[in-house]
Amino acid sequence: MNLDYGPEYERFRAEVRDFLDRNGQLAPDSANRAARPSAEAVAWQNLLLEHGYTARTIPREYGGYGAEPDILKARIIAEEFARAGVPGGLSNQGISMLVPTLLELGTEEQKRRWIEPTLRGEVVWCQGYSEPGAGSDLASLRTSAREENVHFVINGQKIWTSTARQADMIFCLVRTESEAPKHAGISYLIFPMDLPGIEVCPLKTMTGHAEFNETFFTDVRVPVDQIVGLRGQGWFVANATLGHERGMLGDPDALENRLLALIRLMQEEQVGSARAIDNPVLRDRLIALQAEVAAMKYNGMRVLSGQIKGEPGGMAKLIVKLQSCELAHQISALAIDTMGEMGILYADSPRQREGGTWQWNYMFQLGLIIGGGTAQIQKNIIAERGLNMPREPRLAQEASSGRKEVA
Amino acid sequence: MDFGLSPEQEMLRETVGRCLAETCPLDHVRACADSGSAASDRVMAALADIGLTGLMVPEAQGGLGMTLLDAAVVAEQLGRAVAPAPFLARSVLAPLALVLAGSPAQQAQWLPRIATGEVRFGVAIAGIVEERDGAKVRAESAGLTGTALFALDFADADHFIVADESGRLHLLDAAANGVERIALHTIDATRSVGELRLSGAAAEPLAGDGGVAARRLRDAGRILLAADSLGAGEAMIEKAVAYAGEREQFGRVIGSFQAVKHMCAEMAARHEPCRALVWYAAHAFDAAPGEAALMACHAKSHTGEVHRFVARTATEVHGGMGFTDLLGLHFWFKRIGFDRQVLGGPERVRDEAAQLQGLTATTQ
Repeated sequence: MNLDYGPEYERFRAEVRDFLDRNGQLAPDSANRAARPSAEAVAWQNLLLEHGYTARTIPREYGGYGAEPDILKARIIAEEFARAGVPGGLSNQGISMLVPTLLELGTEEQKRRWIEPTLRGEVVWCQGYSEPGAGSDLASLRTSAREENVHFVINGQKIWTSTARQADMIFCLVRTESEAPKHAGISYLIFPMDLPGIEVCPLKTMTGHAEFNETFFTDVRVPVDQIVGLRGQGWFVANATLGHERGMLGDPDALENRLLALIRLMQEEQVGSARAIDNPVLRDRLIALQAEVAAMKYNGMRVLSGQIKGEPGGMAKLIVKLQSCELAHQISALAIDTMGEMGILYADSPRQREGGTWQWNYMFQLGLIIGGGTAQIQKNIIAERGLNMPREPRLAQEASSGRKEVA
Repeated sequence: MDFGLSPEQEMLRETVGRCLAETCPLDHVRACADSGSAASDRVMAALADIGLTGLMVPEAQGGLGMTLLDAAVVAEQLGRAVAPAPFLARSVLAPLALVLAGSPAQQAQWLPRIATGEVRFGVAIAGIVEERDGAKVRAESAGLTGTALFALDFADADHFIVADESGRLHLLDAAANGVERIALHTIDATRSVGELRLSGAAAEPLAGDGGVAARRLRDAGRILLAADSLGAGEAMIEKAVAYAGEREQFGRVIGSFQAVKHMCAEMAARHEPCRALVWYAAHAFDAAPGEAALMACHAKSHTGEVHRFVARTATEVHGGMGFTDLLGLHFWFKRIGFDRQVLGGPERVRDEAAQLQGLTATTQ
């Protein structure tokens, strides 16, 4: 067990710290995940691009920094930004999912046209995968695209399209071959959100906010060269980057930060003349969660060490999404219980703590347990890929009929 | 930066695993348990051949001079095999006590003999974790007086390390006058614990600072119990998955039913991070002493919770067969139950963790 990074990396760490000392005050308040990025966030993103603290390994000709992949340096950047309490670069779905997809499977023209403006925050994307009837069984999606001369004509409906109202562009899965087996007839299209025939309706969630939308397509015409990968290969194209989305949902630094915030809350919250943390039951729950956060932190270090050595992530990686989302929700749940009746105050009600963040998280994190593959789907993945248990018989049939799947 | 076991530790794991697979199959565990012997001569001889009696004895005293992380690697394999092998007290805590608190003369007298297996130590430190039934040991000029409960590796011990009520450690000859030994039968027949009733029993204090050394022993013990539980839990998950892949009901193997798959996935998902936690706790014991006590609490309490869930769920996956004696699954269930309670159950240990961080009103 050697937990030192070594002198070369400690020098790199010093560079990152120096950068943050000099520029940290320019950072926007938050990571700006959901909405269209503010001017401040775009300026910060461009500064990070210039110094290679985001899009670090993306080639220079597409607007990245062009550095060699180095897992430890990436980790050091994440650690130092977290330590300084400063957000990293933009982390929207265009950057986390579309850019890697284009890098892997886009045409040269698509790469040159879309990657750099996406990285610079000039083009905002939304993701059109899920449909009302195609959630966990995503491949059963029905939004159709029939080819007419040089266009696809799209009809159907998408759901859970976050940022659809702010987005310039969408990357979207559509069924181009209605007769093909369900995984084989799908194509991956990219097109502007201001085309005639696109209607976006906000979808209000239990948080009271519309973090998502429903998006309707009526005879939307998209040029046929706006396809990524081959026609009928959209499932393969989308799967190539679905792993990136799951990876984003298990950040141990974020869990540790929330736990520290919870400890502060429990020390500050008074019940009569005692602090909430002096209640032995609440304190016991806190320490139990602290042990779990520690376990996930060291599990993350184990996965990282494996990646450095080029080993497959195995079970240690497969369980991260399931465990982290559940743990994040439990941390918020304990905060609510700590606040007692104060824990149900919401909106701009007086007496709420920390602007109602814990209440919002408690509800929103329930969505994260469901999104990016529900907990039940994650358990199937753990059982089938991690423990080599048999597939459901119906799925086994499809697997043997030659469908392509990417881990 | 490399978080994980070294190639040497992987090799140690394999060697011990192979040795136990050969010498300690389930029928042997059952034979030992049925005969009331929590120490298998065959297993102990095989482990001694690898040098494990001297695992924690410094090289200068004829041992292997290994670390607690090495010992955790071994403990995991012992748990996996539910091996009836007095390892925790005899091969780890006793030499550790002497290394931490023994005078040079005490070390020279005892450590080489521990390494060869010539002396067999038990360790009685339960009193420093919590007092039950008024059991405590006082050190008086006449010797040790009082009761020590749950002395570990009890049955064949010819000597004991005993913590008194102040946390100071003493070296006791089990054959001394004023020592009465009462074996305690627990749910786990693969381990031996007992009670020492002492009335003015002559004992030799370990020279070093008492209290600190005892707390280090407690931390090491907790980490190794967690490691043992990790191995036992891993074995239970493997058995559940294998059984679910063979047993057919309603015309399908039960492992193809989502309800059963999800039980197995939950066990794996909760179990896997425990591995990194136990490794880190052992590493902290060796290399980051400031974190060791807290990490030992976290490792002990968290594996205690997770593996209680694993023990129950893996048994449930086996259906009625899991509840019988026929498959022997209960040996792992009971081992995990033992590991959870000894040296502090989860609630007790979490309370200590809160105190260590100044998160309690009473102690800060």
